[in-house]
Amino acid sequence: MCFSTLLWGEGYDTTLFATIWTKPVLLNIKLTLVLLLSSVHLQQQGENIPPPAKYGGRHTVTLIPGDGIGPELLNHVREVFRFTCVPVDFEMVNVNSALETDDDMNNAITAIRRNGVALKGNIETKHTLPASVKSRNNVLRTSLDLYANVMHCQSLPGVQTRHKNIDIMIIRENTEGEYSSLEHESVSGVVESLKIITRNNSIRIADYAFKLARERGRRRVTAVHKANIMKLGDGLFLQCCREVASGYPDITFDSMIVDNTTMQLVSKPQQFDVMVMPNLYGNVVSNVCAGLVGGPGLVPGANYGRDYAVFETATRNTGKSIAEKNIANPTAMLLASCLMLDHLNLNDYASLIQNAVLTTMNETRLHTADLGGQGTTSEVVQSVMRVIQSKGQFTAEL
Amino acid sequence: TPFETCWQLRGTLASVCRKNNKLKATAPPARYGGRHTVTLIPGDGIGPELAKHVCELFRFCCVPVDFEVVNVDSTKTSEDDINNAIMAIRRNGVALKGNIETNHNLPPSHKSRNTLCLCSSSSLQYHSGSVRQCDAQPVPARSEDAPQKHRHHNNQGKHGGVPGVVECLKIITRTKSLRIADYAFRTAREKGRRRVTAIHKANIMKLGDGLFLECCKEVASGYPEITFNSMIVDNTTMQLVSRPQQFDVMVMPNLYGNVVSNVCAGLVGGPGLVPGANYGENYAVFETGTRNTGKSIANKNTANPTAMLLASCLLLDHLKLHGYASMIRKAILSTITDSQLHTADLGGKGSTSEMVQSIMDMTVRLHLSL
Repeated sequence: MCFSTLLWGEGYDTTLFATIWTKPVLLNIKLTLVLLLSSVHLQQQGENIPPPAKYGGRHTVTLIPGDGIGPELLNHVREVFRFTCVPVDFEMVNVNSALETDDDMNNAITAIRRNGVALKGNIETKHTLPASVKSRNNVLRTSLDLYANVMHCQSLPGVQTRHKNIDIMIIRENTEGEYSSLEHESVSGVVESLKIITRNNSIRIADYAFKLARERGRRRVTAVHKANIMKLGDGLFLQCCREVASGYPDITFDSMIVDNTTMQLVSKPQQFDVMVMPNLYGNVVSNVCAGLVGGPGLVPGANYGRDYAVFETATRNTGKSIAEKNIANPTAMLLASCLMLDHLNLNDYASLIQNAVLTTMNETRLHTADLGGQGTTSEVVQSVMRVIQSKGQFTAEL
Repeated sequence: TPFETCWQLRGTLASVCRKNNKLKATAPPARYGGRHTVTLIPGDGIGPELAKHVCELFRFCCVPVDFEVVNVDSTKTSEDDINNAIMAIRRNGVALKGNIETNHNLPPSHKSRNTLCLCSSSSLQYHSGSVRQCDAQPVPARSEDAPQKHRHHNNQGKHGGVPGVVECLKIITRTKSLRIADYAFRTAREKGRRRVTAIHKANIMKLGDGLFLECCKEVASGYPEITFNSMIVDNTTMQLVSRPQQFDVMVMPNLYGNVVSNVCAGLVGGPGLVPGANYGENYAVFETGTRNTGKSIANKNTANPTAMLLASCLLLDHLKLHGYASMIRKAILSTITDSQLHTADLGGKGSTSEMVQSIMDMTVRLHLSL
């Protein structure tokens, strides 16, 4: 009798197998190998996404403070989590934007690979450093292959904006396009930047967009492009979107040129539902939408890859000029942490904190400077914690 | 190079030195018997009807301009018609055009006609598109200031032998960046503007946009009375949506210019209101600011003629017919104030012909009151 058990541990690294050694040991080993190989095969097919690191019911999440307002906002997130007794432990990894070596960046990437999930502030990219020093944020996204950047822009009831009833999901390709960092100066005074569009990545992002639209019950997906000028590049992107669209007959698909899109966004943003686009247009369009719903302090963003997820503010501002002045708006970072909790399947905590943040937003007294108010960051966070406590949840002392 | 030292030492360089050392000279527009000849390219969509209204208005106001109409067919694959158009513009020096449609489904070798018209041959040398915003106070929108942009040429190369991977080349050159930055600062000085903002993405495209930014900084050093600052394009678009009043003059490369000018056009009330101008060393072409073909509203008498008519005023200013230009402009602005005449894009029920008629009546009234 041979007995081989593969115990599926939490996380790829902790896969254990116990073998009870009986007579046909060789058969045992073969069986184990077969099971192990099939697990690898399943992993590669994406059916068995490694669950986040979880020991004793508590999750470990990598925390990268970044520069500017990042450290103080993430401190507030930790404060709120500790207060609400959220079963998440943060592993802090500092990345120094001034250093030219990549060691701290590599440590951060290893930590995220280990934990599977991260929450980060923006890391500053100094323009004055030589071109060989790439943007740290970009390096992180490409090494972890976080191919989809998802931003959900919703009008918040407590915030006064020119346009109301906005509900747009923006899905932006996160790894290629204009951000390939491939530039060269073959002739002095003439610089060529390469914008790369590949079929695989385009199909991948289009598929992600349609799947997400279907899950959330959305009716329409709009591809944003500039195929009248970049016929091959954006033409390929558009073609891939059309191919994927044919497999989702319940969802309407249309396309719009990026300049017209930005103009429509400024005049009639309610017409958009889900938008999918390459990297640079995504950058511009998501900033326009963030501006439409109230500014960079309100919108959270998420970067999803096949195996990892990193959460941050949607418009990726460092906020150097308001750092450590207690005037930054913590909403975006707190909502990003709620997205993270949803990803970890801690949905109750996520909705609790999210409701508390939105309730606080309705109080105009507490609006921070970016919303035209006089409130401070700590006042907003205190109010959030008070709302959480009032719901009768088991919490720490205020 | 001596070119760069020129910038720093002299401070105000009014001419771009060409290879054969000829100073820049604005070619005088073709002018016979006191009348100017201007090339007119109707284009597609709403272009032809709007161009007709411009001719109507000019004839009514007795503007000394004759139009030489050159039709460009966007469906044909041969480039003869566009070459004829370019030759006509070279001859006359000035043109007024509607947008020519670019079909996405045609192969990439079939280039956008607008691009060919504007910057294909080096002899035409268009190097700046300046979008002038109008103070559309009566229309519920925020007023804007003039952003100016520069177009670079987008080249595409299909990566040899790797299917499914496309590389697009974005080219930034020192010469053209210096040229456009100089144009921006010079225009800012002429119009009494206080600040120029360069829009870029140099944190990601360090060499390309970094070069552009560097060129702008060099030119800025020669204009000490004008403040210069820079902003990343994503932050710019967000600021434009929340607080557009902070911007004065903006200079940027081609694609950002496309996006930013459309955002600004949307802010002041839409594509039907803003005129645009493309200036080169020897030629100038005027069109609507956001270059829409407007296929869906063609021949329905609902298009807003304001943008095209204001573009024709820019044209008259360029030809130094300032009297006519200001008269027509005043007439247009007073017509816009009457919300009964607003066309569909402004939320009204007026038709194009009603608006044009009202403008013509207004010019009579203004002329009589002078």
